[in-house]
Amino acid sequence: MPTIIDITEDKAIEVKNFEFTYAGSDEPNLKNISMPIAKNRVTALIGPSGCGKTTLLRSFNRMHDLYPGNSYAGEILFEGRNILQEKEDMIKLRTQIGMIFQKPTAFPMSIFDNVAYGLRLKGIKNKSELADRVEKALKDAAIWKETSARLKHDANGLSGGQQQRLCIARAIAVEPEVLLFDEPTSALDPISTQGIERLIIELKEKVSILIVTHNMQQAARVSDYTGFMYLGDLIELGRTEDLFVTPCEKLTEEYITGKFG
Amino acid sequence: MTHTEKRILTNKIVMVLSTLSAAIGIAFLLWILSVLVINGIEAINWNIFIYEGAPPGYEQSGLKHALIGQLLLVGIATLIGVPLGIFGGTYLSEYGGLKSRLANVIRDVSDIMMSAPSIVIGSFVYAIFVAPMGNFSGWAGIIALTIIMVPVILRTTDDMLQLVPSTLREAAFALGAPKYKVILQVVIRGAKTGILTGVLLGVARVSGETAPLLFTSFNDNFLNTDLSQPIASLTVTMFNYATSPYEDWQKLGWAAAFILSMFILGLNILGRLILIKRKRK
Ligand SMILES: Nc1ncnc2c1ncn2[C@@H]1O[C@H](COP(=O)(O)OP(=O)(O)O)[C@@H](O)[C@H]1O
Ligand SMILES: [Mg+2]
Repeated sequence: MPTIIDITEDKAIEVKNFEFTYAGSDEPNLKNISMPIAKNRVTALIGPSGCGKTTLLRSFNRMHDLYPGNSYAGEILFEGRNILQEKEDMIKLRTQIGMIFQKPTAFPMSIFDNVAYGLRLKGIKNKSELADRVEKALKDAAIWKETSARLKHDANGLSGGQQQRLCIARAIAVEPEVLLFDEPTSALDPISTQGIERLIIELKEKVSILIVTHNMQQAARVSDYTGFMYLGDLIELGRTEDLFVTPCEKLTEEYITGKFG
Repeated sequence: MTHTEKRILTNKIVMVLSTLSAAIGIAFLLWILSVLVINGIEAINWNIFIYEGAPPGYEQSGLKHALIGQLLLVGIATLIGVPLGIFGGTYLSEYGGLKSRLANVIRDVSDIMMSAPSIVIGSFVYAIFVAPMGNFSGWAGIIALTIIMVPVILRTTDDMLQLVPSTLREAAFALGAPKYKVILQVVIRGAKTGILTGVLLGVARVSGETAPLLFTSFNDNFLNTDLSQPIASLTVTMFNYATSPYEDWQKLGWAAAFILSMFILGLNILGRLILIKRKRK
């Protein structure tokens, strides 16, 4: 049995007996996962490559629905409803639960239009409101200084680290409840990485964060809770300082001491 | 001879042979182009743009009828073919994907159509349109050109859209965008230079077609803009004038060949430039 901490804080999301199977896979790729995601905290997922971190992360905004034949089982409770239900409104869900990808995904349009993209989807047309909210998002993502003078320029002219911040600005502009990060710094240099990590810690005042990382130091630096995954199972979830210092499971200990992975 | 020496010798022979073949090809190309440019420039003057066709021996004869006819045929075929090709290509890439059987059948059929001799398309349009209607017409020519243009644009659009990374689509979906907005606002926008190149190549391809027009729009030695009637084109006019025994008509044929070649060359260069500019970014 996995060791999952019973948190006393408010929860943003509660996962119960969740299973996920990719199209064409004989057995579930994620097995019987139960975990809380604490509100306004950073929860990190670590584990060796291929253990299912990305797969789990992409279940929270139903990204797997974009490709046919994938199937979910169990429950993911968010705002009192099970988001795995058939009737779930994907468009609404994805504005409530945002996602940042491994590589920056700046759209082929101006910096301003990138950040305004989600706002316009929400039906905001008023020019001054758009301008205000774009500015606020860029400030919150700590990239306003570099971009304020060139909002009309193509977003692809920004550096990798700047583009990743722009994607964060784009995601927080629509004021989501939860943000999902999939190895957001693996394509970045150390300085940009440090900036993004600092940003993640600041952002948790407003949103609940789930971050996948292959870098244990990063998990230790940014997260309040850490979950260790192995071969599609969640082996252990605990307070970050506990998990790294006194892990309960033997597998966790072996992984964090570098015996495998 | 040692093994290494043998390899060096083979290397030299192959290099000489391939350089020679390339030189022969380029020499012929330059020869053709120089004859075209010399005769074309000599034949070009203002009268060409002012006057319509006239019987041999008339001072006031030109290519106005053919230029306008060509613009009408290619222009309207472009107006019809470009949206068809882009929408079709979008279907293949975004709704069909690489695994869809229907999409793959359409891909194969368009590839076959791209390599089909254009005269076959011309006779097809003759059989289904010209013969039942009872006369050659501009519309028949437009249909033939559109049929030739669509597969080129369709496949380029398909290929270019597939080059757009899927994470870009996912990022748009992750912001709550519905599929049609993801396609229109992100995917097509990301591929727009590539699609534009496809359009230019498609237009260039049909601009030089003669065979499918012989059976469809046929020809007219005077200015006509009624598309239900036969209509002149640069290519067919060039064919007629160049094969005529009259020297002044032959000269007009050179002028038509020159104008057409420069137009197609221009489209091709523009297409290349757009691609180079995109790669630099
Ligand atoms: N699209 C897919 N179809 C089928 N299997 C997949 C797909 N994506 C990932 N997998 C499999 O699911 C498992 C978990 O992958 P993933 O979630 O990407 O791991 P991680 O992010 O922890 O490296 C791996 O065994 C992988 O091979
Ligand atoms: Mg991953």
